[in-house]
Amino acid sequence: MAEPKRKHPLLELTKARMLEFVREPEALFWVFAFPVLLALALGVAFRERPEQRPHIAVLEGDDGVGLVDPLSSSHAVDVSVMPEPEARRALRTGKVDAIVRLQKPGGVAKEGVTFIYDASRPEGRAGKTTAEDALQRALGRPDVAAVEEETVTQPGARYIDFLIPGLIGLNLMGSGMWGLGFTVVQARNRKLLKRLAATPMKRWHYLLSFMLSRLFFLVLEVGALVAFGWLVFGVRVTGSWLGLALVSVLGGITFAGLGLLVAARPRSVEVVSGWMNFVMLPMWLMSGSFFSYERFPAAMHPFIRALPLTALNDALRAIMNDGLPLWAVWQPVAVMAAWAVVSFVAALKLFRWQ
Amino acid sequence: MSSDPATNVPALRCSQLRKSYGKVIAVDGIDLEIPRGSSFGLLGPNGAGKTTTVEMFIGLQRQDAGELEVLGQRWGQGSDDAMRARLGVQLQETQLADKLTVEETVRLFRSFYTRGMDAAEAVAAVELTDKRSARVNSLSGGQKQRLALAVALVGDPDVLFLDEPTTGLDPQARRMIWDLLDGMRSRGRTIFLTTHYMDEAERLCERVAIVDHGRVIAEGSPEELVRSLDADQVVELHVRDLLDEDKLTAVPGVRSVKRRDHVYRLRVAELAQTLPGLLATLQEEQVDIQSLSTHEPTLEDVFVGLTGRGLRDG
Repeated sequence: MAEPKRKHPLLELTKARMLEFVREPEALFWVFAFPVLLALALGVAFRERPEQRPHIAVLEGDDGVGLVDPLSSSHAVDVSVMPEPEARRALRTGKVDAIVRLQKPGGVAKEGVTFIYDASRPEGRAGKTTAEDALQRALGRPDVAAVEEETVTQPGARYIDFLIPGLIGLNLMGSGMWGLGFTVVQARNRKLLKRLAATPMKRWHYLLSFMLSRLFFLVLEVGALVAFGWLVFGVRVTGSWLGLALVSVLGGITFAGLGLLVAARPRSVEVVSGWMNFVMLPMWLMSGSFFSYERFPAAMHPFIRALPLTALNDALRAIMNDGLPLWAVWQPVAVMAAWAVVSFVAALKLFRWQ
Repeated sequence: MSSDPATNVPALRCSQLRKSYGKVIAVDGIDLEIPRGSSFGLLGPNGAGKTTTVEMFIGLQRQDAGELEVLGQRWGQGSDDAMRARLGVQLQETQLADKLTVEETVRLFRSFYTRGMDAAEAVAAVELTDKRSARVNSLSGGQKQRLALAVALVGDPDVLFLDEPTTGLDPQARRMIWDLLDGMRSRGRTIFLTTHYMDEAERLCERVAIVDHGRVIAEGSPEELVRSLDADQVVELHVRDLLDEDKLTAVPGVRSVKRRDHVYRLRVAELAQTLPGLLATLQEEQVDIQSLSTHEPTLEDVFVGLTGRGLRDG
C-alpha cells in the first residue's frame, strides 16, 4: 500500500511556528520595526555634533570696554551680551556655559574679571578655561611652550557604535523570551498543548521547533539592525562576521531557553507576562544596552556580568566595536552557554503539558 | 483494520478505576469493557467523571487505582507512543492554532503519525474542503468541531475518543456531526464518546453507560435501558401548585412518579387506559395544569428514574 506523503514532524512544527509568527503583524512590528526605530531615535538624539564653542555671556554695561573684543577675536568662544538676570537664567538652563564680569564696574579687563559658572558641569569648566585663556592671550600673556594639536575621532567610539550592539542584544532577549513564552503559554491556556500531548508527537520536537524558527528569524533581526546601523550611521563590524553570527546564535538560543523556562508552568498569559518582565527588567537596566554598566558600583559588576544579556552585549561589542576574535570573548560566551544549558534542562523537567 | 493478532482483546477495558483531585473524587470505581468496532457512550451530567475517564484512557492522566488497558496495552510500559499512534482524540475545549489554516492544521497533525490518510482526504471526510484555506479563527463553532474531528481522524486511528463532540453547537451543526460519525462507525472503528445529551447517545451508541458522581449507575444498549424503565409512555405534568404525590400514584396504570420542581414525571403502562383516570384525578383535585405532554421513554427518563435529577442539572 502506498503510504500518503508526510513531512517530518519537526519540519511541520517549525513551519507552523513561522507561519503563526508572520501572521501576527504586531509581533513583526515589535521584532523588526521597533528596534530600528529606537536606533534611529537614539542615534539622532545622541549624534556627533560639530565641535561646539563655549558660549560666554558678557553683562550689559561691561561691553565695549575691552571684554567682548578680546574674547571674540580668539574665535575660541561665542560671546553674547545680556543683562545680568537674563545671563543668570541662561547659565542655569545651560544656554551659556559661563558669565564673565568686570570686578570694577565701569573699569577695564586688566583690573580683574570674575567668572561665574557651574563647576560641576564639564561645559562650565571648559567654557571658563577657554574664555580665560583667550582673554589672557589677548591681553598679552605669552605662550611659553610650542603646542601642536592632533585631533582624532576613534572609529567605534561614538554612542551609536555603542548602541547598535546593545540593541541587538536587547532585541534577541525580547523576541526570544516573548516569542517563546507567549506562544507556549497561550497554547497551554487553549488546551492545545494537551491535545498535542495526546498525539505520538515527540515532545522534544515541539520544543526544538521553537528554537529552529527562532534561529531563522534571528538572522533577519540581527541583519536588519546591522544593516540599518551601517547604512544610516556608518556603524561598522570591525571584527569577524562569523564571530558575530555565532555569538548572535548563542544569544538567541540562550534567551529561547530562558523563555521556555519562564513559560514552563504558567497557565495564563497574564502570569507569564509578569514573570517575563520580572526576569527582563533588571537586564534592561543593568546589562549595558543603553549605557555602560561601569556606571554601577564596582561591587555589583560580577553580578551584572553574570547576567546573560550583559554577556551577550559584551561579546557583541567586543566583536563589532573592538574587532576582537571569538576566542577573546570566551568568558561571556561561557556565561551564555551555562544559562542556555541550565534553563533548557530545567524547562524540560518542569514543563507542564496540561 | 488492525494488525493486532489478538483481535479478541477488547478495544478498551478498565476495572475499579479511581481518580481523585485532592478531596474531590472524580472517578469512583468504574468498570468498562468495550469490544472492537463498537460505539460506546458515557452518558452523564457535567462533573460526573466522563472527561477524567477519557483522559485516563488516552494517557493524559494516571489513575490512582484500578486497571486500564487500551488495545490490550497499558500506559507507562514503554509503548506509550505506539499506543498514542492508534488513538484519535477530540478533547473538550481544545482550541487549535488560530493563525493556521484548516489544511495546515491537519497536515501538522498528520506529520505526527507514521500511517494515516492524506490531509486533504481528512479535510474532505469532515466536509471542510471548501474551507481548507480558511484560518481557524474564521471558522464557525461547528466547523471548528469538524476540524477537531479531522485532526482526530488523520492518523487513521483504531479507537476514536470524542469528549462532548457537539456541546455548544446549534441543532444543524450537531446533526451534521452525527451524520459524519455515523459514517465513521460503519468503517469498523471503535468509538468512545462522552455526552450529556441523551439524544446523542441514543443516536450514536450501541452501548451506553450512565455515570453519576464517578460511578456507573446503569449500562446496556439504549433500548435495554429504556425497556428497564418498564414503561410504555412517560407523562410530563407541569403544575402551578404542588399536589399530593400519593393521589397520582393511586391512578390505575401509573407505575411511578418523580417530581422535579413543578414537573411530575409519570411512568405509565398503557397510555390510553391511564390518561382518563389521571385527568379525572386532576380535575377532582382542582389542579392548575400548566402543561401536559406524553412521550416515548428516553435515556433522559432512565437517568431521572435512577437519580431523581435531570441530565443537565449537573
